[in-house]
Amino acid sequence: MSLLKGKQLTHYYFNTSNYTKALENISLSVEEGAFISLLGPSGCGKTTLLSILAGIIEPTFGKVTLNEKNVTETQSEMGYMLQQDYLFPWKKIIDNVLIGPKIRKTLDNQTIEKAKQLLKDIGLSSVIDAYPSSLSGGMRQRVALARTLITDPSLLLLDEPFSALDFQTKLKLEDLVSALLKQYHKTSILVTHDIGEAIAMSDQIYVMNANPGRIHQQFEVPIELRQLSPFDARKHAKYQHLFDRIWEELNQLESTSIG
Amino acid sequence: MNQHLSDKALFDQHKKRLKAEHRSTRYWQLLIFILFFTLWEIASRLHWIDPLIFSSPTKVGQSLIKNISSGDLWFHLRVTVLETFAGFLLGTFGGILIAFMLWNSRKLYHVLDPYLVVLNALPKVALGPIIIVALGPGYGSIITMGAIISIIVTCLVVYSAFREVDANYLKVLQSFGATKWQLFKEAVFPASLPAIISTFKVNVGLSWVGVIVGEFLVASKGLGYLIVYGFQVFNFTLVLYSLIVIAFIAALMYQAVDKLEKWLLKKI
Repeated sequence: MSLLKGKQLTHYYFNTSNYTKALENISLSVEEGAFISLLGPSGCGKTTLLSILAGIIEPTFGKVTLNEKNVTETQSEMGYMLQQDYLFPWKKIIDNVLIGPKIRKTLDNQTIEKAKQLLKDIGLSSVIDAYPSSLSGGMRQRVALARTLITDPSLLLLDEPFSALDFQTKLKLEDLVSALLKQYHKTSILVTHDIGEAIAMSDQIYVMNANPGRIHQQFEVPIELRQLSPFDARKHAKYQHLFDRIWEELNQLESTSIG
Repeated sequence: MNQHLSDKALFDQHKKRLKAEHRSTRYWQLLIFILFFTLWEIASRLHWIDPLIFSSPTKVGQSLIKNISSGDLWFHLRVTVLETFAGFLLGTFGGILIAFMLWNSRKLYHVLDPYLVVLNALPKVALGPIIIVALGPGYGSIITMGAIISIIVTCLVVYSAFREVDANYLKVLQSFGATKWQLFKEAVFPASLPAIISTFKVNVGLSWVGVIVGEFLVASKGLGYLIVYGFQVFNFTLVLYSLIVIAFIAALMYQAVDKLEKWLLKKI
């Protein structure tokens, strides 16, 4: 059974002088435990789609359901991770992690213990009482991950969470996130413009095109790659093969949109 | 030569230089202070300036001592400081409250926008006579003067600070299903706190203006009243003595707010 379903999603942005059609007729379904990537050039509406799936934006047309319920009612089952960590600089790391339970008024000693354990799992137990400004970019993004995982969401939405990091940190974090998601058996949707990242991390890749945003093609990641960690997957022969196919596809998309 | 020692020596030298610099600044400040009062005294005694209008430091000083010992100064000072403080609190927190309401309802902001622009542009002290007629001559109207002068500008500054908070912070909270009040409490307000605190500093000065003008217009006590009274009976020693007290107390209040700002900013 599909965990998340988006049906014929179309979205417009309006302002006083103009309107843009950001998404057109997008339908997708995500199986439980799957890792999906939305891949496409900037401006193809990836983030808009993710916000709609998260229930933060109401689509102009169409409907999103999570476990057969409308997403706007099921926000407690969603976790959202942004391009940058957006940790609150005036809150300690532990309080940043606990913001979700605090908002939902489910904060208790058990949750606090859970947060401490989670921070320990991702190697940040020493900075629990520090403020975000004293942490490196990679550490901060790990805290943001903990903040997302603490509420135990059944669906994780990742909006280019690695794009603001340096390459080395990014590779390490990909492995960590991938391992954690498998460990907790999470369903995830990743938005990215990095082909390699999409292949290394996901089970299925949706390639999107822009103006208006549409799903152009779907790729299945070979089972051999899925079983490897992102870092090892990058070294597999089939990785390069899929990379070249998607690269071709994106190039073609670009030339048709220019022509 | 030991490299480590020489590093330390360099640092010591640097510290010493900074200290000397600091001390020289202080000397100059003191010098200007002494020079000003000495020159004033001499000019007054030698009739370079009219002592009837410009008085002299000794006369002002004598008046100050006399008024301190008689308790007169304390009486007027207390009235004015309390009015200023009340006006400051009312203007600042009133402004923040209105800003919150505008943030809470975009519609309200759009509706009220032109009125706020007009009110902001209006010189608030011009409302003095109307306020006095409406509220009667007394503390009420003077405190209102102290408040009204800062409330609109506070509201506009704080509102724009609320608006400028990065939308992604709100997105984080919204993804957990935050209510509007939670958005405000967890993100908007703490993120705007530096802007809010900086309005404190401006508002202290503004409240003094409002209160003194209010006292000019109506009061029978307070430092503003003393200035007007001194002017009417042509006792400029009284005027100058009130002025010096105001300058001193206003600077003290400003320093207090400045300390408060530093303390609050360190806390967040």
